[in-house]
Amino acid sequence: MPDLHKQTIHEAAELLAQGKCSSEELVRDLLASIEAIDPKVQAYLTVDAESALAQAREADRNRKGLAGNPLFGVPLAIKDVLNVEGQPCTCGSKILQGYTSPYDATAIAKLRARGAIFLGRVNMDEFAMGSSTENSAYKVTRNPWKLDHVPGGSSGGSAAAVAADMAIAALGTDTGGSIRQPASFCGCVGLKPTYGRVSRFGLTAYASSLDQVGPITKDVRDAAILLGAMAGRDPMDSTTVDVPVPDYTAALQTDLKGMRLGLPKEYFVKGMDGDVEKTVRAAVDHCRGLGAEIVDVSLPNTPYAIATYYVIATAEASANLARFDGVRYGARVDGEDPIDMYGRTRAAGFGTEVKRRIILGTYVLSSGYYDAYYLRAQKVRTLIRNDFQAAFKTCDAILTPVSPTAAYPIGKNADDPLQMYLGDIFTVTANLAGICGISVPCGFTGGRLPIGLQVLGPAFGEEKILRVAHAYEQSTEWRKAKPEL
Amino acid sequence: MSGKFSQTADKIDVRYVAHLARLHLTDDEASRFQGQLEQILGYVKELSTLNVDGVEPTAHAMPVNNVFRKDEAKPCMDREKALANAPKERHGQFVVPKIVE
Repeated sequence: MPDLHKQTIHEAAELLAQGKCSSEELVRDLLASIEAIDPKVQAYLTVDAESALAQAREADRNRKGLAGNPLFGVPLAIKDVLNVEGQPCTCGSKILQGYTSPYDATAIAKLRARGAIFLGRVNMDEFAMGSSTENSAYKVTRNPWKLDHVPGGSSGGSAAAVAADMAIAALGTDTGGSIRQPASFCGCVGLKPTYGRVSRFGLTAYASSLDQVGPITKDVRDAAILLGAMAGRDPMDSTTVDVPVPDYTAALQTDLKGMRLGLPKEYFVKGMDGDVEKTVRAAVDHCRGLGAEIVDVSLPNTPYAIATYYVIATAEASANLARFDGVRYGARVDGEDPIDMYGRTRAAGFGTEVKRRIILGTYVLSSGYYDAYYLRAQKVRTLIRNDFQAAFKTCDAILTPVSPTAAYPIGKNADDPLQMYLGDIFTVTANLAGICGISVPCGFTGGRLPIGLQVLGPAFGEEKILRVAHAYEQSTEWRKAKPEL
Repeated sequence: MSGKFSQTADKIDVRYVAHLARLHLTDDEASRFQGQLEQILGYVKELSTLNVDGVEPTAHAMPVNNVFRKDEAKPCMDREKALANAPKERHGQFVVPKIVE
């Protein structure tokens, strides 16, 4: 029998369908992999072995669910910010220690209906605020390729678990790059869907005009499978858009003939790592070799994206996190009166980065500063969105690096928040514009750390970015590289 | 404000803003955040160099308006489940400190 924990979703589905393994064997193999490897990587916050085995046995009893359903009996790791009924959901925060989800998020319910198994909860930056997973209140997750380096963030646990073969695939969330950047740092595929493509009901909100749920996987086909299973209009999330959900796997061709791919000069800037630039440019040349026409495009407002993002995201976060007041759920620290109770509860429950962002967000919304910061940022957001709309008139998709650097050592940016924010320059734009993007492995640095190629597509253009990423992936060997653990 | 930055726009009073956000800070946090947030606001200030006259603000990237559903009763989470995570509950209610004397 092949190493079950190393399988992709579609490979595992084939083994299950052919009766070559059971779902229980698959889950047991993953549990053994977690037991052996996770003490080194620290990706999981909790593993729900008993429930996962029960779900697997149920799947094995009910094999007729297998037909045409690649997720049936397949175990997934879930970022600790999406509610799975009966499991913890700490959001990487002390303020939600001991919380048990009373319901399933819509994305989870849709996967559950297809027979997916929820293996455990994976680590993240507290409330998804961070780019390295160092902001978790619980543990520091390590990059499987180099254990003293960060896995990226905020979905660092998801990417590390997939890269280290401790999950068949995982879910993450992406507000400013939190799926694509850790996928890139860990050598996985990560897809941020178009705003409105996947329901956020049951996702603990960070910045509601930017947040999306998406897959982190071992290959592009798995990303297409998971996206198709989760996408669609949801009456419980009024921002979901009623656009038909295609069979995304049908878009997975192996050439790029007839495609025009844009190359924005603003995404190749001074200060970026030399290995990253060289590797991404080589990937662009490779796409040309697969039949794509490469055209120059310009996204002139890119230099303003980080400032715009950190005004809008923190403003929305300050409002969203007001719900953590010690009344309905989570920890409470008693005080002299309700206001004092809120202040003490939040002081004890939130970590440093969350506090910093709440204060920044409260400030940019406060009387006298709203116009200068928040309203102005919303206007610049329009300019950034217009840049993309103009660019997509001349190309089908855009190729860029995911991040200006590969993974960095743990602790490097720990007390320099601005430096950490600047690393998000190539990913925040897709969230601001509401478009879709995917990160696909495209090589390594000299120090053997993975590098990702980002493919950005227009709103609801997921089929285009999946096609580009798949053609690139299948004609290269990067997906076969595995970290030594 | 005309949308231009005032001279003092990046002089943030961290203690006052933290109070607005219902967040108690230690002295150490307040002084650390003061410097860091001034630095971040100084960076954000570059937005003021762009001309945004006549530009409409974007609140949501996907313009979806007036999403209504039928006004009909549907099952919702039962009380026991909703209270299960409460730090304090009594008689099927959340317990809060006294607000009105």
